[in-house]
Amino acid sequence: MSLVIGVPRETFAGEKRVATVPEVVEKLIKLGFKVAVQSGAGDAANFSDDVYCAAGAEIVGDAAGLWTKSDIVFKVGVPTAEEVGLMHEGQTLITFIWPAQNPELMQQLAARKVTVLAIDALPRMLSRAQKMDALTSQAGVAGYRAVIEAAHAFGRFFNGQITAAGKVPPAKVFIAGAGVAGLAAIGTAAGLGAIVRANDTRAEVADQVVSLGGEFVKVDYEEEGSGGGGYAKVMSEGFQKAQREMYAKQAREVDIIIATALIPGKPAPRLITAEMVRSMKPGSVIVDMAAERGGNCELTDPGKAVVKHGVTIVGYTDLASRLAKQSSTLYATNLFRLTEELCKTKDGVINVNMEDDAIRGLTVIKEGSITWPPPPPKLPAPPAAKPAAMPAKAPKHGEASAPASGTSTAITFLVAAALFWFIGAFAPPAFLGHFTVFVLAVFVGYMVVWNVTPALHTPLMSVTNAISSIIAIGALVQVAPPVIENAAATGDRPEGWILGLAVAGIALTCVNMFGGFAVTQRMLEMFRK
Amino acid sequence: MSGTLATVSYIGATILFILSLGGLSNPETSRRGNLYGMIGMTIAVLATVMGPQVTKAGYGWIVGAMAVGAVIGIYAARTVKMTQMPELVALMHSLVGLAAMLVGFANYIDPAAAGVFQGAEKTIHEVEIYIGILIGAVTFSGSIIAFGKLSGKITGKPVLLPGRHFMNLAGLLVVIYFCGVFINTHAVHDGMTPLIVMTVIALLFGIHMVMAIGGADMPVVVSMLNSYSGWAAAATGFMLSNDLLIVTGALVGSSGAILSYIMCKAMNRHFISVIAGGFGTAEGSAPAAAGAQPAGEVSPILASETAELLRDSKNVIIVPGYGMAVAQAQHTVFEITKLLRAKGVNVRFGIHPVAGRMPGHMNVLLAEAKVPYDIVFEMDELNEDFPDTDVAMVIGANDIVNPAAQDDPASPIAGMPVLEVWKAKTSIVMKRSMASGYAGVDNPLFYKENNRMLFGDAKKMLDEVLVVLKT
Repeated sequence: MSLVIGVPRETFAGEKRVATVPEVVEKLIKLGFKVAVQSGAGDAANFSDDVYCAAGAEIVGDAAGLWTKSDIVFKVGVPTAEEVGLMHEGQTLITFIWPAQNPELMQQLAARKVTVLAIDALPRMLSRAQKMDALTSQAGVAGYRAVIEAAHAFGRFFNGQITAAGKVPPAKVFIAGAGVAGLAAIGTAAGLGAIVRANDTRAEVADQVVSLGGEFVKVDYEEEGSGGGGYAKVMSEGFQKAQREMYAKQAREVDIIIATALIPGKPAPRLITAEMVRSMKPGSVIVDMAAERGGNCELTDPGKAVVKHGVTIVGYTDLASRLAKQSSTLYATNLFRLTEELCKTKDGVINVNMEDDAIRGLTVIKEGSITWPPPPPKLPAPPAAKPAAMPAKAPKHGEASAPASGTSTAITFLVAAALFWFIGAFAPPAFLGHFTVFVLAVFVGYMVVWNVTPALHTPLMSVTNAISSIIAIGALVQVAPPVIENAAATGDRPEGWILGLAVAGIALTCVNMFGGFAVTQRMLEMFRK
Repeated sequence: MSGTLATVSYIGATILFILSLGGLSNPETSRRGNLYGMIGMTIAVLATVMGPQVTKAGYGWIVGAMAVGAVIGIYAARTVKMTQMPELVALMHSLVGLAAMLVGFANYIDPAAAGVFQGAEKTIHEVEIYIGILIGAVTFSGSIIAFGKLSGKITGKPVLLPGRHFMNLAGLLVVIYFCGVFINTHAVHDGMTPLIVMTVIALLFGIHMVMAIGGADMPVVVSMLNSYSGWAAAATGFMLSNDLLIVTGALVGSSGAILSYIMCKAMNRHFISVIAGGFGTAEGSAPAAAGAQPAGEVSPILASETAELLRDSKNVIIVPGYGMAVAQAQHTVFEITKLLRAKGVNVRFGIHPVAGRMPGHMNVLLAEAKVPYDIVFEMDELNEDFPDTDVAMVIGANDIVNPAAQDDPASPIAGMPVLEVWKAKTSIVMKRSMASGYAGVDNPLFYKENNRMLFGDAKKMLDEVLVVLKT
């Protein structure tokens, strides 16, 4: 039995996005699902019914028919009361919900005994959840579109030009907040040739800003702004004062401000005052991406573009929807990845596995009971706590390992002392000379080799192997020693045997000697930068 | 050449050997290090041959024997494949062991050598002969077995006889007993019996010891045998009262021991437990296998999909293992690396300290394929970069990327540092089949959601990947 995935036409005014695109329909069908699309669902995003049909989807005329038919519904916008009314028991809905902001909607949905996966509730810190992260994909689109809106409202080029018709200075763009949207805006604006500056309370994003071609502007105040989970937090009074000064300075200098600063669960911080807007050059543009949550700018009119004090303030709340084809495609892929996670068996049946961290986080209502908020997921420790969480690192080669405990050192010394005493008491002087040399050589070998690069272990071993053919010396001196005058000792010397053994020994060690050095040479030739 | 001149030459040779080992610890100076070694050896041999201990009558024999050895040695060095390097090194160790045995016997039956000693000196001399032959014999037979295991002629699994520790102990006691017997004999033919009995026991001990060690521990064994061959040379030096042999033997012996120690550290194992053998066998892993059987499904991937993944990523880390060596895939790997780097993909290599069957095995193979060594990193250098890596490609490695080493305290490899490939966005494991690694431990990595398996011969699969990448 394969379930039907239904994609209704979005009902929210101005919403142009659609929850799946024809390309993804094919993939869903390969997973074993049937796909039904409401007629005209993709029109605003330039996907016609015919294309959906060609991809294998069934086109359903009206919303009621589609909701009845579907086992799983993919949506973009928060469902309306009317849509909730169309739902039936056992159905699964996957869309944006914002459960914290919409408690009533949650109650209504729960009353319908449905399962709801809120794509906005995804635990974003799980690295394997990234492929499903629709907030990120949509914010990226919005950031891009914000720059395009700014360019549209701005009366000049972004890039500096020196032409026969005069010199054009490059536009200066300031990006407030370097989250996903902010970073996308930085990259887009830099790509258009503007001078881009950006600020974020989280100091760790400075590198990301620079990597996209922006310049990181610091607030002249020491405070760490990372609020856990990769989000920002509310800052102290002293910091906010320093931050306002910095913004005031930037407002006087730049042509375009793109404000993306958000703090989870809080109204957007008021970063740009009316005073600052007045100080901006006439013809400047502010795009306030936080408009929906009250705006980063005092003068923002959510949903509209207004001109105040000669500055165009764009407060559109549907930036992603304004690039509907792109944002729909990315969103559809996010949902497809989520479907893959839900349907590991690839047989067109989903399993909402509450043991899975990612799925658990997403599921806000399970078969009629509200499961939001989820228990804190077993998150990897945030960067600040990382060193503590790391297991004690094994000492690297060359570093001294932890000093041995007092007892074991003492025992080692005692044993060594006893051994030396024994040798000293019984061994003849000639032996002691050799013994001294031996012990010192052991230590020299230890010191010399201890710092070897692991990459050179093999050549080192092969060269020590070659050097161990020094044993040839032992064989060499036995081949034809000078005759010793002591006739009694030399009388029965088995010449033949000794010669044979010695010559064999020489031949064997020479294989090793020449072969060892030659092979080391061959290996080392290959090590190159 | 006078005796003093020979001694001075020996000192020169010793210094050159020390410089040689020192030079080998850094890639920049390594070639010079090898040259020092060669010069040192030449000086040592010439000084001995020209010196007072060799008469003109022996020149013919010496030149003949050296020529034969040199031809064989150089031929072997030229023709050996880089992937067979561990076998060659093991085989060469056995030659040193055998030579130490021969020299020991020759020395014992030479009355001219023994005649000058009296009393305690004679006893010490005989003990030296005894120990020299003992170490030589263990090195010889152990290396032969290591060679057999590495080249696949003998099973890589540990072969464990019942009560093996007891047998070893008994062998040791017998050897010590015969040492006493040997010292108390006066004529050469009387002493021969205990000497030969001891040699046989030592040979058996060498075989038994290495047979009991699993294939995964071979890097340690090879480097340990390297150490033994040095101690054998040092023992011979004591026997012949030759300081050059003592010093050089001690240098080789201690450096080999240090290498073994470094290897053991890399595997988080105790040296003793490696030598005692039996790693990854039924008695060790049975409870773990029952307790922590990885659950889940394996997702296979095609070569063409692998190519797509690689093409679309920014950061790639390649983790090679013994499988790459077996398949001779290092050249294809570098071709792929070059293509990807040309497209702006940051490709790096992550080398585990015990990847392969010999310390530094992977570095040698990659160097052979002309992979520049500044993109080849040690485990510690890039293990923290995996979370930022798009694709981690594991080529024929298993135990060194096994998450059970960190997660499962019951696993036989628990605590061994591993490359954390599962933290990459996607990991691709190239493997012939689902068989477990040399350590005989199942690998939960294969069942992870972000892991894909590319089944097949590494070389063949990589060739297919390369073809797709080129189009």
